[in-house]
Amino acid sequence: MYAQMIKSTGEGVKSLDEMEPQERAFQERINAGGKIEPKDWMPDGYRKNLIRQIGQHAHSEIVGQLPEGNWITRAPTLERKAILLAKVQDEAGHGLYLYCAAETLGVTRDQLTRDLLSGKMKYSSIFNYPTLTWADMGAVGWLVDGAAIMNQVPLQRTSYGPYARAMVRICKEESFHQRQGYDIMMKMAKGTKAQKKMAQDALNRFWGPALMMFGPSDENSVHSAQSMAWKIKMNSNDELRQKFVDECVPQAEYLGLTVPDPDLKWNEERGHYDFTQPDWDEFFDVLRGNGPCNKERLAARNKAWDDGAWVRDGLMAHAAKKRAAKLAAE
Amino acid sequence: MTNPTQEWPLFEIFIRGQHGLSHRHVGSLHAPDAEMAIKNARDVYTRRNEGVSIWVVQASDIAASSPEEKGSLYEPANDKVYRHPTFFDIPEEVGAM
Amino acid sequence: MSDNLFEFLCRMGDNTLVLGHRVSEWCGHAPVLEEDIALANTALDLIGQTTLWLDLAGEVEGAGRDADKLAFHRDVWGFRNLLLVEQPNGDFGQTMMRQFLFDAWHLSQLNALMDSSNTQIAAIAEKSAKEVTYHLERATETVIGLGDGTEESHNRMQAALDKLWPYVGEMFTLDDVDAAMVDAGIAPDPASLRPAYDALLDDVFAAATLTKPQDDFGHQGGKSGKRHSEHLGHMLAQMQWLQRAYPDATW
Repeated sequence: MYAQMIKSTGEGVKSLDEMEPQERAFQERINAGGKIEPKDWMPDGYRKNLIRQIGQHAHSEIVGQLPEGNWITRAPTLERKAILLAKVQDEAGHGLYLYCAAETLGVTRDQLTRDLLSGKMKYSSIFNYPTLTWADMGAVGWLVDGAAIMNQVPLQRTSYGPYARAMVRICKEESFHQRQGYDIMMKMAKGTKAQKKMAQDALNRFWGPALMMFGPSDENSVHSAQSMAWKIKMNSNDELRQKFVDECVPQAEYLGLTVPDPDLKWNEERGHYDFTQPDWDEFFDVLRGNGPCNKERLAARNKAWDDGAWVRDGLMAHAAKKRAAKLAAE
Repeated sequence: MTNPTQEWPLFEIFIRGQHGLSHRHVGSLHAPDAEMAIKNARDVYTRRNEGVSIWVVQASDIAASSPEEKGSLYEPANDKVYRHPTFFDIPEEVGAM
Repeated sequence: MSDNLFEFLCRMGDNTLVLGHRVSEWCGHAPVLEEDIALANTALDLIGQTTLWLDLAGEVEGAGRDADKLAFHRDVWGFRNLLLVEQPNGDFGQTMMRQFLFDAWHLSQLNALMDSSNTQIAAIAEKSAKEVTYHLERATETVIGLGDGTEESHNRMQAALDKLWPYVGEMFTLDDVDAAMVDAGIAPDPASLRPAYDALLDDVFAAATLTKPQDDFGHQGGKSGKRHSEHLGHMLAQMQWLQRAYPDATW
């Protein structure tokens, strides 16, 4: 999802009997639906895994500002501009909440930022795709936020307290994101011929990348099994992808748009749509840095960080002077 | 990438809403000092609703009780809420840690 | 009279439209997350105010134009914003200096408009003033912090002030439109706002260790629409492009 391909210990899930008492108590607490809080004992793997996952999730929010931010200054009406700006601002806020959650695990935001900027840490593959027309604002809201919500709603029940609380806040604020996207799509799909064409083109370009957001099949992944045992991953990738397709197909039909998959059809027996897997070679290419916008996205984040250094330092220096003056006056 | 200087400290934010009974912890953020933390909190956590009262506390100043103890399975608790690494001043020449 | 009133309302609305647009350009690119979020809030306030001012302008004009029509279908010469607000963002310091110089004027203008003989204007001013009070507070604190901060931040803020200072004078000049507004009790004489403005700037720049330029030359041509800077056309080319490229579409 916003966190893809997170590696855990890679050692397979231990049974309760194999665990030392401390770890066993920890796992039993999770099994009983309890929350783990920052000061609680936790296995090293749990901590590292969570830092990677929450960090990647936060990075995705921040980098995710860019493709949509690309259209703020070109939004076609004042209202659309305000809505889009509010939405992209929410993403900055969500990144902030998530970084704070990661910080409770013993890592600083600056450290995580450096790992993003150096390319050491990843963000969701989806944000390496370009936004080319206004309809892309519709498609991103509808499909990308739609896919994200599918993952984030269950994460409200995740075992790590600060992460779960951040997700509660995020889900609450994000409820309008997918709707605003679909609203743009409705307007486009029912608009002029050119608008309808734009809408179909956006769906064509974002359908595959949206399916990739859930990550490759992880039925046999030891990493996923461990994450699920720790309740920091709540559903399998395939399960969420299927749910996403099942929800989107009727929504596309309502818009009068065609999902770009000739083999898409309802399977009565399974009670689900059969669909074609996205191009996983492309997915791994994007992950390796060869997506259409990888370099631009990282360059934009690096520039913002570098250009902002004097501001962060300046305000910090002023605060220190103020403190010193106050002390001297006492 | 510019070399990091000092990160803005972390503040914990408590807000009492218009009809709220008492201040409630809503989250955290970074700011150069408490005054800016209040302004940032207004922008980040209230999106400017008026009539709210904001408290900010630097995270490193909070003392907290130990987590719920079940038998002797848990290690003795330290006295800080969070395990933020910023609690430790690492000399710059040591590099990133 | 209604021509002058229309002009005046366009001035108010175009200021917030153009500045709101400029500030929104920062989204995703600010020095730190907290500032990114704060800047977006400012932009959102300004966009909201734009809708109020320009809808009212359209109503006064009576030609069936609303805020969107005015925002997206006028060319450079139709715009009535101050030259100050169309200046490019530059670095973060320049953006915050521009914000401070504008907010300081904007707030006293709005405070005066709350006593306007036109009740619709007074109502918009009252709503806007609440938001702008906070804009000014935040911009003031940032200008002081960066002016006083490090040597680099100080130098950048002084450079920003020197660069933008020639655009301050335009806010306080009186022309026929302003005179008509004064006569009708709708808006204050721009010059009457200057003493308080100067006093505020003196205080803030003292705290920020910044030096106000001596030369009081002021560029003119923004609020009259007679001679905008080259920057505005590029901004409109981006802002209005979709509306212009697909004139028969609704969004």
